[in-house]
Amino acid sequence: MGEGAGPGGIAALGLPWNEIMPNPIDIAAKATPPHLANRVRGLSDRAIAWIFVSPTIFLLLAINIFPLIWTIRLSFTNYAANKPNAEVKWVGIRNYTRILTDEDIWSHMTTTAHFLIWTILLQVIIGFTLAWLINRKFKGNDLLTTLIVIPMMLSPAVVGNFWTFLYQPQIGMVNYIVEFFTGIPASSFSMLGPGGLAPWSIIIVDTWMWTPFVMLICLAGLRSIPDYIYEAAEVDRASKWRQFWTITIPMVLPFLMLAVLFRGIENFKMFDMVNLLTGGGPGSETLLTSIDLKREAFEKWRTGYSSAYAIILFVTIFGLASIYVKALNKVKER
Amino acid sequence: MTAFLSGLFRFRRGPWENLATVLIALGVVMLMQPFFLWAFTYSFFVTLVGTVMFIITSHFPE
Repeated sequence: MGEGAGPGGIAALGLPWNEIMPNPIDIAAKATPPHLANRVRGLSDRAIAWIFVSPTIFLLLAINIFPLIWTIRLSFTNYAANKPNAEVKWVGIRNYTRILTDEDIWSHMTTTAHFLIWTILLQVIIGFTLAWLINRKFKGNDLLTTLIVIPMMLSPAVVGNFWTFLYQPQIGMVNYIVEFFTGIPASSFSMLGPGGLAPWSIIIVDTWMWTPFVMLICLAGLRSIPDYIYEAAEVDRASKWRQFWTITIPMVLPFLMLAVLFRGIENFKMFDMVNLLTGGGPGSETLLTSIDLKREAFEKWRTGYSSAYAIILFVTIFGLASIYVKALNKVKER
Repeated sequence: MTAFLSGLFRFRRGPWENLATVLIALGVVMLMQPFFLWAFTYSFFVTLVGTVMFIITSHFPE
């Protein structure tokens, strides 16, 4: 396209295109006051890059790094946020030793582990199976994929609320489905009440919500396997079963590992959905560490103690996230 | 095994990162296991050592 060319009749006017429709960069350059323009011209590319990046770095320091350092500092004190005028004493590592020798917190950790292990196990098995089925070309494949991923698009608050209704012993659908299949009267048990079913109820909801996510990651893994590998296996007369164990599983494994780590990190800090469903109850049957931490920090107002608690959880999640990034890089290298 | 040890002595990234990963995983397991209180007590220390080691060793040459 020549300088005078342009859409419609503009070319016919014989004017250069940039005079009729100026470049936004030229507009910005003209609008810049001369003293500022001279100062910017004197800067190196590196300096200009720093000018652009510095607001982000400042925000990162102010919102992430400073609170983290402040929390680490508070974790070594007896500070209580509801008593701002009280004397703050340095207690050394006492908060940490108290937490790490507390049998109640240990019990909440095992509750979190139970939730974590079962949700990941179920999500991986169901998610991989769904991905395996979806990966086979059939009519309505795309529509089915869209329908399956709907639960993970919902807000955890919404999910928590409507599953509370579904689990209601009198009006909830779940109890009547159980009654239909097993004959156990619907009003004789409560999914979220005492009786040991509450930990399983939260596992069911989390699995329902996040299995589609695992399915999508597995589907990406399955679709990344080139067809010629299967064709070569067919030529070598490998059975479907052997193809599955020696081609499909090893090729999908890094993706599966990624899904496991991602769900592990997410469920380790699970709060909103479980808080809405059970609030940690009945008793402390579903009291995950994040809910316990919130109680320590904002109900008992033991800020120093809860800061130490938060740091312990943070280091664990940070460690897991490091492994996650490493696994992610391995997947990228493929 | 020899390659792993040689990598450790020559401060290579791969084996050191693997060691740090094992420590982090061990720390997380110790934190969440329901059997021994002493393992829960020392879990944070193990995870912290693993995490710091991971941050440092990720800057080692390949």
